[in-house]
Amino acid sequence: MYQYSEQDHQLLLERVEQFRGQVQRRLKGQLSEDEFKHQRLRNGLYLQLHAYMLRVAIPYGLLSAEQMRTLAHIARKYDKGYGHFSTRQNIQYNWPKLEDVPNILDDLAAVEMHAIQTSGNCIRNTTSDPLAGVARDEVEDPRPYCELIRQWSTFHPEFNFLPRKFKIAVTGAVGDRAAVAVHDIGLKLIQGPDGENGFEVYVGGGLGRTPMIGKLIRKYLPKEDMLTYLEAILRVYNQLGRRDNLYKARIKILVHETGEEKFRKLIEAEWQQIKATGLYLREQDIERIKGFFKDPDYQELPDTDADFENLLLSDPEFGRWADKNIDQHKQSGYRIVYLSLKSVNQPPGDVTADQMDAIADLADKYSLGQIRTTHRQNLVLSDVQLKDLVPLWQELKALDLATPNYNHLTDIISCPGLDFCALATARSIPISQAITERFDNYDFINDLGDLSINISGCINACGHHHVANIGILGVNKKGEEVYQLTLGGSAREDASIGKIIGPAFGADQIVDAIGDVLGVYLENREDPEETFLTAYRRLGQAPFKEKLYG
Amino acid sequence: MGNYIKDRKPDTDEWMPFSGLEDSDTLPAGDIYVPLEEWLKNREALLTRNSRLGVLLNNTDDPAALVPDLDRLDLVVLEFPKMADGRAFSQARLLRERYGFTGDIRATGDVLHDQLFYMQRCGINAFELGEGEDLTSSLKAFDEMTITYQPAADEEFPIWRRDGK
Repeated sequence: MYQYSEQDHQLLLERVEQFRGQVQRRLKGQLSEDEFKHQRLRNGLYLQLHAYMLRVAIPYGLLSAEQMRTLAHIARKYDKGYGHFSTRQNIQYNWPKLEDVPNILDDLAAVEMHAIQTSGNCIRNTTSDPLAGVARDEVEDPRPYCELIRQWSTFHPEFNFLPRKFKIAVTGAVGDRAAVAVHDIGLKLIQGPDGENGFEVYVGGGLGRTPMIGKLIRKYLPKEDMLTYLEAILRVYNQLGRRDNLYKARIKILVHETGEEKFRKLIEAEWQQIKATGLYLREQDIERIKGFFKDPDYQELPDTDADFENLLLSDPEFGRWADKNIDQHKQSGYRIVYLSLKSVNQPPGDVTADQMDAIADLADKYSLGQIRTTHRQNLVLSDVQLKDLVPLWQELKALDLATPNYNHLTDIISCPGLDFCALATARSIPISQAITERFDNYDFINDLGDLSINISGCINACGHHHVANIGILGVNKKGEEVYQLTLGGSAREDASIGKIIGPAFGADQIVDAIGDVLGVYLENREDPEETFLTAYRRLGQAPFKEKLYG
Repeated sequence: MGNYIKDRKPDTDEWMPFSGLEDSDTLPAGDIYVPLEEWLKNREALLTRNSRLGVLLNNTDDPAALVPDLDRLDLVVLEFPKMADGRAFSQARLLRERYGFTGDIRATGDVLHDQLFYMQRCGINAFELGEGEDLTSSLKAFDEMTITYQPAADEEFPIWRRDGK
């Protein structure tokens, strides 16, 4: 992974000192909460319902074991013993004290981490494919490009006061595990007409009140032009994006109101002016960063292991886990392992300090010392040898991290909701737990196959409900928390926005409603191979409406 | 009047804003700056004076409108109507980097401590500090951070291409 230079370290130290000064001025009353707000929001510190919330950046979802141990230490020393992995591959702490935050940032800086640009109207942490570098369907590893974007966007002097926040996602694979279509900018590495790799550039995707799928603004961008092109998009957005209405300020509205063709021309015109500037990436600039992401020294191994295969046959529990939570690796003899953060005992994405420490140890022992976070709020050990799968599973099971549900019904994305969030209008975690408890049955989950349920506790859609196969949106209607159902969304390469099926359900009805939706699917699917999404797209809303509303 | 910084030092603001000939029969003496609209309308008359001229750009004005006249101007004033409004950062970079303006670029409006570093990087060298902003502490803001990753008005190359790399 990327190793900080002396200058990277220096920048973090300066930033911590600057923030320490701001916190001191706030604690002494020299800064009002309103004045301080602008400073803390530059550093990932939100004021939530009960306390401050600190969001720590995990650049493109990649963590070393040492970094994970620091996250555990922070959870233990400054918080209530746990952290929450978010849909943006970051981690959030819900209970830090303001006076502790500079010390937390110090501890983070010691392991090359920070909270820079995890909030505010600036370019946020770049997200990516959690299987980057190990996926079989990869065209090229996206992480070097993510790192270049990280450096370019960190304290960018022109783009720190944008109309609204700005999120960039990069994938290098055929299958989209980074949801690039619902980001302000989505980059997808492809092989171009010249045989070289470059990017498809999607602009103007996003969720929130006005969900939109990104438009393909450029079919092929040579990779050397990545940063100049991004700069052109950001400059046009900074100048023309709406600032009169908070809810119309994202770039998706600018693209929509300007029109795709005209928007494309604006970008191209600006880009022509700057494409040959110092931001142009020379081959050696890209190669140097690629050097940080070289393949590890994989062993030459057969793609078979007797212990693993024997246990598959003899232990159904192991078989279930292996079927759901293990994925193919590009290297023979290795597997990708998903750590489910969706057990019935914990809110989605929550991990205790003890679990974090144990995960760090497992990464050291079995997976070359690295951990990845996913936008569906799980973790990944990306380089596990076949022979280690059995002992790894036993340890994960003891840690309650082996629920066999990856990309299945109970692998629910949920925002923190009204239990924590100042914006939320309804609770989401209790709904997700109620669904998980009701359907905590492997055979049922397995039979349903590939399926996503996402829950947001308000219209801002942090739980990505629009792009779930089954989306749940909590709203407050005349003092009562009610839940709207949307069906047919997808965040993958076939991205689509789900449609509201009808009137909302009460908190006591929503789980039954989900059961009804699943029942309609099971009754109507052509065969078990037809996924929920495919069946829904074929059937349309009618049979679901009929069942739900009669 | 608020505090004024130019080229990282406290300075006296010698410029007067002048709204235009519509509101006044005669042109004032001394260094004045006028809104872009006034400049485009009364350029010739304004140029008959013997003192320095500047132009104020609104956030929606395209700096390209000044390109034919940049060598006749000593000052461009950019507005920061509120802290969150960052359009003038782009205007400043365009003036410096694309159009090669070498006169003063001044920030006016909600000009606060924590923006000064970014403003300076975008090519702004004169600052009418916002109300209540402390001069001494503001002067330190330029050096709070010393590492810059990306090209801007102060750096032609990103960090990975500097020092002959």
